[in-house]
Amino acid sequence: MMGFQIVVLWSDMLIWLLVAAGIGVGVLIAKTPPLLTAWRRVGANRVGMASATVLLAFILVGLFDSLHYRAALDGKPGQKVQYAVEVLSALDALATPLRTRSEKTYSEPFATRLYAKETVDVPGRDSVREYPRLKYGGRHLGEHEDEVAADAAFTAFRAGVLALLGWLALAGMAAAVVGRDSVIGWQRIWRGETAFAWNAVLVTLGLILLGVVPLFWLSGQYHVFGTDKVGQDVLYQVLKSVRTGLIIGLVTTLVMLPMAVLLGIVAGYFRGWVDDVIQYIYTVLNSIPSVLLIAAAVLMMQVVIDTHPQWFSTAAERADLRLLALCFILGITSWTGLCRLLRGETLKLRELEYIQAAQAFGVSSWRIIIRHILPNLMHIVIIALVMDFSGLVLAEAVLSYVGIGVDPTMTSFGTMINNARMELGREPAVWWSLVAAFAAMFILVLAANLFADAVRDAFDPRAV
Amino acid sequence: MLAYIIRRLLYALPILIGVNLVTFALFFVVNTPDDMARMQLGVKRVTPEAIQKWKAERGYDKPLLVNAEASGLAMMTETIFFQKSVRMFVGDFGHAEDGRDIAREIGSRTGPSLAIALPTFILSLIVTVSFALTLAFFRATAFDFWGVVLCVAMMSISGLFYIIGGQYLISKVWRLVPISGYGTGLEAWRFLVLPVLIGVISGIGSSTRWYRTIFLEEVSKDYVRTARAKGLPETLVFFRHILRNALIPILTGIVVVIPLLFMGSLLTESFFGIPGLGSYTIDAINAQDFAVVRSMVFIGSVLYIVGLILTDISYTLVDPRIRFE
Repeated sequence: MMGFQIVVLWSDMLIWLLVAAGIGVGVLIAKTPPLLTAWRRVGANRVGMASATVLLAFILVGLFDSLHYRAALDGKPGQKVQYAVEVLSALDALATPLRTRSEKTYSEPFATRLYAKETVDVPGRDSVREYPRLKYGGRHLGEHEDEVAADAAFTAFRAGVLALLGWLALAGMAAAVVGRDSVIGWQRIWRGETAFAWNAVLVTLGLILLGVVPLFWLSGQYHVFGTDKVGQDVLYQVLKSVRTGLIIGLVTTLVMLPMAVLLGIVAGYFRGWVDDVIQYIYTVLNSIPSVLLIAAAVLMMQVVIDTHPQWFSTAAERADLRLLALCFILGITSWTGLCRLLRGETLKLRELEYIQAAQAFGVSSWRIIIRHILPNLMHIVIIALVMDFSGLVLAEAVLSYVGIGVDPTMTSFGTMINNARMELGREPAVWWSLVAAFAAMFILVLAANLFADAVRDAFDPRAV
Repeated sequence: MLAYIIRRLLYALPILIGVNLVTFALFFVVNTPDDMARMQLGVKRVTPEAIQKWKAERGYDKPLLVNAEASGLAMMTETIFFQKSVRMFVGDFGHAEDGRDIAREIGSRTGPSLAIALPTFILSLIVTVSFALTLAFFRATAFDFWGVVLCVAMMSISGLFYIIGGQYLISKVWRLVPISGYGTGLEAWRFLVLPVLIGVISGIGSSTRWYRTIFLEEVSKDYVRTARAKGLPETLVFFRHILRNALIPILTGIVVVIPLLFMGSLLTESFFGIPGLGSYTIDAINAQDFAVVRSMVFIGSVLYIVGLILTDISYTLVDPRIRFE
């Protein structure tokens, strides 16, 4: 067993903090009946639960990618252990074959030969120009190169059967949870009689398993999504991009939330000059078109990073801090909308009788805010949070294209698209990187949008 | 009315000053001009003399806020704040890194930007409002359901995909129009068709959904029930009553973006090689041309504030219940 040193990047810390906060909020919700009823309504929504399952799968990938370590280098016994400069994650360790088995350059999905011709020495003859065999993709086929389709289909079939078995086990467990015995539980799930949309979750889970298990199996023998310019497996890049997207979507809300909630409530509750000042601040920030404000702020951040190279010991650390700075900037530019909403709602709430009564009893302002106003604003906050996520994931890709996104060395959907977009012009076109990035992003954003709709419907009955 | 507009303009002034202060703080306080010089010059060529020269060429060698060496009014005017930030109010944006006058550059680039943005804006509005109206008319049917599903799917697709996919399919595979570029005169339409088409399509998802909610909100109002109770046919109810009333929030809601059309679109312009303000901004960001980015931030804010004022005026125009107070 090789030794390793745990590395905690700032973004890891925030991600796990978010997980802890999520659990905390979950406990809080369980104790607050109105919120619990609303979440029960989300739980009964089939589309909502199906998309939540997909989102959870993405989050799981992101969390695995947020446990970082540095592997120990092989040294002589007795010497002090040295650690590799490269920071790896648990996901990297799981996907070691994907990460290490690089080809020379592009290759198509399921290809056995390289995209570009090379001069190869053939024993007995002179050198010839041909498409060389891939080092790893389809190597187990040996001479039978033309049997890719049959071999891949067979492998996929075997993996599919395995996935089906795994799914049956999971479904059996779910059925046992739902009913007194599995058969009754099974019937109730399929007739849709459960309060929680078990059938939607199980169907989605089945689809995910049927997709992921064969993909995982096949990726050990082929480059399922092809390889990119430097021969890296595209599937690996897609997996790594998930974390970047999640961080942009989640940490940004973590940045903007305290600001929006605090300032919004304070402005609405105290009114007067406090309100004027806060309104002025958000009107000014809101007046600057957000892309331009982000561009200006990111440019300045780049200057800071470039002029202080001594702050960062590894490239991963620098990329990580730049990602966090980007989240911070996105947060600063996007809190104004929620703040205005909360201010308006607080203005309405403070005129209600129970709050006037609390004031008459001499309850302090902060106590009123925390006990009476904040809980009544929670539905707005929750709706805003889930609605923002998908927009932020999409924004990351655009910002990276404009050159004001994440660090170019950091894998993200934006950098993948940016690197691959010129390759469509090649003959034949190199489409796989682009399609893989767009498809993964589409699934993530679609799931987030559908989930957001379910949450909004449950928390805001007026919405159509 | 005139008094109202003047008062509204005066309200805008403190906000503009605020924007100006924010940009000033962002560009000159977060980083000193020395940092910017180091970044622009690159690691190899950084010497104290080179930094001084770089700053002097751009007028960044003055003190930030107060010039203690000068006397009288010059104490305030011979500073970076006055020279670089205050003078933006009168349209003096200084020079870009390549030495060109930014104000003139902006003037010559609004044309191409508008040539793309204006048709896109008008066509999108027509397409999305009619689509939303159709969905609302067939509300709670399978057509409505699948229409909304389509909208959600379309808004989940990255804007980059529409552009890259459209360019690939229409220009490279079908060879219908040139992939990118810009022409003048009558030939220009060949370059404009694709960006406008893609702009319209990429906006369908979210706008249609938004307008549909507005229509549906209107459908459930009392006057609609009254109209139906009178025995009006559904089509008449829809086109005579609902459409007209729903258009008020829709039209006043989009007024705010009209001035911003001058800025063009960052993505579209840079992908299609349109020499407008959007691609100007992107080039400036990539070249780290601070003066240009600063100017664009300021102009963007001015246009947005103009849009807000126009929105307020349009409210008072379409809704007589709102008085000019």
